[in-house]
Amino acid sequence: MTDFLSGAPAFGLVLSLSAYLLGDFARKRLKLLWLHPLLPAVLLVIAVLLLTGLPYESYIESAGLLSFLLGPATVCLAIPLYKRLRLLRRNWKAVLGGALAGVLSSLFGVLLLAKLTGLGAAEYASLLPKSVTTAIGVGIAAELGGQRAVSGALIILTGIFGSLSAGLVCRLFGLREPLAKGLAIGTSAHAIGTAKAFEMGETEGAVSGLAIVISGVLTVIFAPLFAGLIG
Amino acid sequence: MKWALQAAIILGFSLAGEFLRLLLPLPVPAGVYGLLLMLGALSLGLLKLPQIEQTGEFLVSILPLLFVPAAAGLLDAWGVLRAMWPAALLAVLGLTPLVMGITGWVAQRLMKSGEGEGGDD
Repeated sequence: MTDFLSGAPAFGLVLSLSAYLLGDFARKRLKLLWLHPLLPAVLLVIAVLLLTGLPYESYIESAGLLSFLLGPATVCLAIPLYKRLRLLRRNWKAVLGGALAGVLSSLFGVLLLAKLTGLGAAEYASLLPKSVTTAIGVGIAAELGGQRAVSGALIILTGIFGSLSAGLVCRLFGLREPLAKGLAIGTSAHAIGTAKAFEMGETEGAVSGLAIVISGVLTVIFAPLFAGLIG
Repeated sequence: MKWALQAAIILGFSLAGEFLRLLLPLPVPAGVYGLLLMLGALSLGLLKLPQIEQTGEFLVSILPLLFVPAAAGLLDAWGVLRAMWPAALLAVLGLTPLVMGITGWVAQRLMKSGEGEGGDD
């Protein structure tokens, strides 16, 4: 059975899709609307892999279509963005200022945590880009001497927890403007948070999508400056 | 053939993004280059929204699902994560909401007061 599954091209897709649907169903059925369906989905996939003894590599290979589509899907974030270009032009200072504040506080926060907990240089580099989208963050981590897999895992956990806490954080910090909410979610919780932002509203989602790009680029610029501060 | 055309255009921008990444090898994924190219094409009127809208919005709507395989990589990173758990835990659970709050607070303060439509810029 294991041999059959690890060789079956559709296995990874069927497993990913059904785990996601099941995660979404559980979330709605149990009225846990704050829960991101990605969390139960991932736990389910991991459980199935561990129980069947299927290697992670053959799962990744057969689910490759999903990972491939991340590229075109990112490109298409241009669509909601374009629809709100006027709003963004009018508030470009708020967008840039907010993203800059977020990126610097994230990098500074990681530096502080690394000093406090005595983190090694490689772990520090893996943690540094935790708030930017996986494709950018993993590249930054590798360049600064971190590990791709570790950085990817931290980025995804950040995205999931960011989505979970988004509603509460917006209330605690008195965020009422859709633009401010979207920027906050995208800057701290990248593409996974953006899905949550779209649930709040079209403007929140569009701005969150933009924040992925801006905070990604700002992190590319600033993370190397922070990288040398430990080790 | 509508879907085929829309998909071809979107994948064309992906491909152009990959090409641009070859020319400008910053640690930025090809998708982000493609996003900027598509935004530019839409702004300049070279590309019209209806030419890509349906397929594009479908792709955006399934974005979180596309992360499932990457997220299962947690399995691979588990050993290292366990060894660095205090920093990882504080960073994910503490820093993430803090960064979110700071970003939104700063953005909201910098927004033009009188956010009514058609502002005076």
